[in-house]
Amino acid sequence: MSIPEPDEMTQVYWDATRERRLLLQHCDACGHTQHPPRTLCTYCGETDALSHREAAGTGVVDACTVVMRSPSPDHEAPYVVARVRLPEGVVLISNVETDEPHAIAIGDAVRLAWRPLDDGRALPVFHPDHQEN
Amino acid sequence: MTVAIVGAAECDLGVTGLSVLGLQTQAVTRALADAGLSLRDVDGIATTGVARFSATSLAEHLGLQPAWTDSTFAGGSAFEMFVARAAQAIDAGQCHTVVISFASNQRSARSRSLGGAYEPHTPEAQLEQPYGPLYPASHYAMAAGQYLHKYAATREDLAEVAIAAREWALLNPAAFRHGAGPLTVDDVLNAPMISTPLTAADCCLVTDGGGAVVLTSLERARDLPKPPITVLGYGESTTNSSMSAVDDLTVTGAVASGAAAFARAGLTPADVDVAQVYDSFTITVLLTLEALGFCGPGEAGGVVRDRTLPLNTSGGGLSYCHPGQYGVLLLVEAVRQLRGECGARQVSGAEVALAHGTGGILSTHATVLLGVDR
Ligand SMILES: [Zn+2]
Repeated sequence: MSIPEPDEMTQVYWDATRERRLLLQHCDACGHTQHPPRTLCTYCGETDALSHREAAGTGVVDACTVVMRSPSPDHEAPYVVARVRLPEGVVLISNVETDEPHAIAIGDAVRLAWRPLDDGRALPVFHPDHQEN
Repeated sequence: MTVAIVGAAECDLGVTGLSVLGLQTQAVTRALADAGLSLRDVDGIATTGVARFSATSLAEHLGLQPAWTDSTFAGGSAFEMFVARAAQAIDAGQCHTVVISFASNQRSARSRSLGGAYEPHTPEAQLEQPYGPLYPASHYAMAAGQYLHKYAATREDLAEVAIAAREWALLNPAAFRHGAGPLTVDDVLNAPMISTPLTAADCCLVTDGGGAVVLTSLERARDLPKPPITVLGYGESTTNSSMSAVDDLTVTGAVASGAAAFARAGLTPADVDVAQVYDSFTITVLLTLEALGFCGPGEAGGVVRDRTLPLNTSGGGLSYCHPGQYGVLLLVEAVRQLRGECGARQVSGAEVALAHGTGGILSTHATVLLGVDR
């Protein structure tokens, strides 16, 4: 799989994936957390107070779908595409990796995992968090 | 409001083997003929999906140097947005006769792909495409999942939207599925699953096609051969580019676009005699009917099942024609219903019509209210 090269906004995010750390952008002026990373805070407009903080690594399925026809050779159907809501207050698009894709449902607890990429980066994905079930 | 639609037409639909500009020319010339006008009368062009410079390309192809153009790219909702901008341009005197058009040969050209067309420089290409969502289907699928979960609705509720659309298509000789016979719940539920809970029958057609409408001042419209259809109101809302931005997928920008359009027109949903609501997917219709205020949250399944609101009377994107950006054909059908030209599928006495376009992944929403000239 080839993912576009980072730009100045996403460099920190992607670099951290090499250490398997999921970073979310934080506004030190107003406390807002946002994703994707940008060059301004969408809540207060501040451009000079943005930092990154590591996500706790937990989440809840906000919406999900089992893709039954893959759009590319990079993905083998069936697989789960989900909106994962993080306790930090943002929603990410990701995969929930599981042998039982049709069992994944809204409200399920999920935990951060990593899918390595050929260039040393990694994709943050999620696994069902059975400990909380 | 002083602007009216005076001409409306489709280009060839279905599988045409024709070029985009060839189909565009059909749409424009047929709509002008319908209006009793000629190319020389046109000084405004609004279109999209032709090329990077869409209106520019079409203007040159038609041999025109218009005083006003609009090439806003907003998926299927662009055409309802164009009505607003054209009405404002005509009101302001920047131009006098605007053609809004669209055409696609996507079925003949096999140009549609499941994964969509992510542009590598966008945030979504880095942060969403790597997970393999179908674009746009997986976003609508997630919205449908949220809807079913939130309201304890069922896949049968979604299927009913496609079944109702097919009933209208059986009455419309121009519909792609005109000869296909009625659709059943089992047909929809047992169709190949694309992105759960949506099957192929929950998804719109992929066809060639398009159309055009012609707008001018109401004063001038009253001298033209067809009864003028007045622009009563319009509104729009742009909410998201990515699949992760919107907090609740079951509440769309149609709430804002509809409220603006009804306020501008001084009307309510109860005044609408016939509605043309974008049906890229079955879920799109349920979400939009609720957002526009035709019923309360979670109640749209009942509205569709009861057939109380004449809805998508052409057969819709699900059974009539879906050329990728379907919004212009919502306007064409709304105009024909208000003129009483719809034959077997005519809604008797229709005086107010709604056309609502939805673009992208529930990204852009535009509502237009049209009425007979009184
Ligand atoms: Zn801030």
